[in-house]
Amino acid sequence: MSGLDGQNPLVLVDRENHSFSVARRSFVDPVILEAERERIFSRCWLYLGHESELAKPGDFVTRQVGGRHVIFAKNPKGEFRALLNTCAHRGARVCRERSGNAKSFQCFYHGWIFGLDGNLRHLPDEEAYPEGFKDRPSSGLKPVPRFERYRGFAFVCFDENAVPLTDYLGKATEYIDIVADQSEAGMTVVGGTQEYSIRANWKLLAENSYDGYHAATNHATYLDYLRNTNGGLANVALVGEGRDLGNGHAVVEYKAPWGRPVAQWIPMWGEQGKTEIDAIFARLVERHGQERAERIATRNRNLVIFPNLVINDIMAVTIRTFYPVSTDYMQINAWALGPSEESSWAREYRLFNFLEFLGPGGFATPDDIEALEQCQRGYANAGEVAWNDISKGMNRNPPAYDDEAQMRAFWTQWNSRIGGTAA
Amino acid sequence: MTNVNRADLEEFLFQEALLIDNWQLPDWLKLFTDDAHYYVPSTDVAEDAAAENNLFYIADDRFRLGERVTRLMKRTAHAEYPRSKLRHLISNVLIRKAEGDLIEVGSVFVTYRSKDGQTDVYFGSNIHKLVKTGDGLRIREKRCILASDGLRPQGRVSFIL
Repeated sequence: MSGLDGQNPLVLVDRENHSFSVARRSFVDPVILEAERERIFSRCWLYLGHESELAKPGDFVTRQVGGRHVIFAKNPKGEFRALLNTCAHRGARVCRERSGNAKSFQCFYHGWIFGLDGNLRHLPDEEAYPEGFKDRPSSGLKPVPRFERYRGFAFVCFDENAVPLTDYLGKATEYIDIVADQSEAGMTVVGGTQEYSIRANWKLLAENSYDGYHAATNHATYLDYLRNTNGGLANVALVGEGRDLGNGHAVVEYKAPWGRPVAQWIPMWGEQGKTEIDAIFARLVERHGQERAERIATRNRNLVIFPNLVINDIMAVTIRTFYPVSTDYMQINAWALGPSEESSWAREYRLFNFLEFLGPGGFATPDDIEALEQCQRGYANAGEVAWNDISKGMNRNPPAYDDEAQMRAFWTQWNSRIGGTAA
Repeated sequence: MTNVNRADLEEFLFQEALLIDNWQLPDWLKLFTDDAHYYVPSTDVAEDAAAENNLFYIADDRFRLGERVTRLMKRTAHAEYPRSKLRHLISNVLIRKAEGDLIEVGSVFVTYRSKDGQTDVYFGSNIHKLVKTGDGLRIREKRCILASDGLRPQGRVSFIL
């Protein structure tokens, strides 16, 4: 088990003794961050956006993905495009708006104008360039090397030779399907993005996003809030499993007592809520059968698609990405996803539910942020206390939702990509 | 109460800020009406966007606002333990609207938050919808509109803005 430098291992596994350790150096060493940029964020499929964000031809959003500036757009024919947001001439970002609708993108520096497919349409003083200059591929906006979509979720990859998206997602598609199947008309990203940051290494948020073990202590005040809320809890126990989905993807799937807009009723939602939830559930049964409808409606899923896409289908559905800026600082974007056809009642309660737990103003996420930042501070002692323990549940099969099998799946993939050999 | 002028409104907003800075949150909560709301919209939606169909950072009704205060007064509100030090600067107070007992007041805030040797600045506009009552002014709605692009590098709104 060699590490990045061929000598010091970053992940130590001893299955016989149920031991799994990660070197704390992995969270603080700039050399490791450089390796992650090269071997993970430049090679893996990364989430770009959701199709619902581009309703009409000409719609676009600009986004940073894997450190690159990308335009996600719908061309006049209604086809999705992912272009690198940099002028072929001198490099300026040609689109500086976050979102909008455009017929073309004009670079404000020298005035080159590009179509939504990236082709160079016009450049001032064209006579000063050879004939055919405008039509050369090198004159246009370069498309992202790979761009593929799965059930509304659009991904890019900066490695021309990457495997197709569906091969990369592998068994994770089953869990994307469960989210996509919640709607007949298509899931939609609700307006409003939570954009925040954590002064901690990005991998800590991957771990935290499907950590079932920390709830009782880290989220004690959230659980207090649910108990204080009249009718805030369904009569359901927290119980479920963690699953390694291969390729570094993993999920925890479990039952929980909180209300789910698709579709677990809680008494607080009253008679109107009962009618709404019953109708949503009945339609799920018609479309997917009793067993699958129950799985969709009453199970929660925290999914991490390697390296940094979280799709948590819990008291609401959130899509979340996070990228390292430095070893001890990450930037996070989070969106809410819901069925585009859901009633105003369901949408309102979905968002109300979302904010009671999730996001930088919620009753839980700020305490996660605090925990991750305190871990990062603790790694100042990595020279003396060198290892994290990720072994919970190695001694039982199947692992429970509050064990750490899902994190071991992440770290095993991370280690093999970074250059160590996963055991 | 009648004839509320800007000095009265400034006094009210300054007192409110003082209660937050002093972590006297149960007293702060008493400034709100029973049907009050407290909003912090995300920064890529319109300032008057509705929380019913847009993702905010915070959208509390009166019950949840009370629970927020209850939570923040506990040691187990880890994000605020040990408690951050806060100073709210409130300025540019303007009466936006006044109709009967309702007054809508705009102001600008710059809030410093210090914890664990790290200081962050939050800045933006407040819109207070106030009601004149027999006991003085009460807040029916407080909307804190962050002027920053998202919450970077602040990362959280774990205290009261």
